[in-house]
Amino acid sequence: MTIGLGHYLTVAACLFTLGIFGIFLNRKNVIVILLSIELMLLSVNINLAAFSYFNHDLVGQVFALFVMTVAAAESAIGLAIMVVYFRNRGSIAVEDINMMKG
Amino acid sequence: MASAIFFYIFAVLAVASGATVILAKNPVHAVLFLILAFFNAAGLFVLLDAEFLAMLLIIVYVGAVAVLFLFVVMMLDVDFAELKAGFIKNAKVGALVGGVVLAELVALFLYRGFTVAPVIAAAAPVPAAGSGITNTEALGDILYTKYVYFFEGAGLILLVAMIGAIVLTLKHRQGVRRQSIGAQVARGPKTALEVIKVPSGGSVVPAAVKSPEAAE
Repeated sequence: MTIGLGHYLTVAACLFTLGIFGIFLNRKNVIVILLSIELMLLSVNINLAAFSYFNHDLVGQVFALFVMTVAAAESAIGLAIMVVYFRNRGSIAVEDINMMKG
Repeated sequence: MASAIFFYIFAVLAVASGATVILAKNPVHAVLFLILAFFNAAGLFVLLDAEFLAMLLIIVYVGAVAVLFLFVVMMLDVDFAELKAGFIKNAKVGALVGGVVLAELVALFLYRGFTVAPVIAAAAPVPAAGSGITNTEALGDILYTKYVYFFEGAGLILLVAMIGAIVLTLKHRQGVRRQSIGAQVARGPKTALEVIKVPSGGSVVPAAVKSPEAAE
């Protein structure tokens, strides 16, 4: 019973699908949408680390590092926007966020 | 064998906690299950010989990002039950899109198989097992040499994110008395001291009392 690349890719695919499903499922709740995006980024990182291991190449881990950086920046900015929005409007329901509709 | 058992433990727990993240009624529970998913993913990273990434995931994600989420969720006074409305209606669309994506991924796996074409020349080969170079050292060796500009760029992104978050959330409240350090430092004998000649038998009113505006 050896664990191959496919096992890791399957786990990552499941997590990615859960992230997409979560975005649709909680369409009104920005917080859970951000959590779902974090899940999807995590699954991408698992893919990168798995390819790095099975190809014996460290570049995948370096790339995962940068993905983590961008994800951290994204969640910080997203949460800041959410706090400001809640302060101004008293709600974070997604359907209320239409001030910039074209 | 042991690694296979650990893989299945970590994988099942990661997927299960991921499912709980999107299904939890209370966002606080969702964040806590996200933390559990991060821990299990860190276990998977350790199995993949990516120890540095695993520790980074725990320190940066669980220690900073997830706690930030927790703070915000607990700080905002939102009626989450109301946000949960339309759950079943959205679930159909979500199941459709999620099912399509999963079917695509599965079809890709079935088509390509679970093997990966061998890389002829790795850009940065993993150090040999007996070489004594740890994963962190090996990552640092290429991160600070070959990918130093990307590393600087990542730092810049974090700086921009930090400044952006501070600028967005900083609020100057009106009507609050603040310490004015510049005024305090600029204060000298000329502005602080006043020599008044008191006429005998009379009285004087200090300048500060005469005009309270000027004193401020």
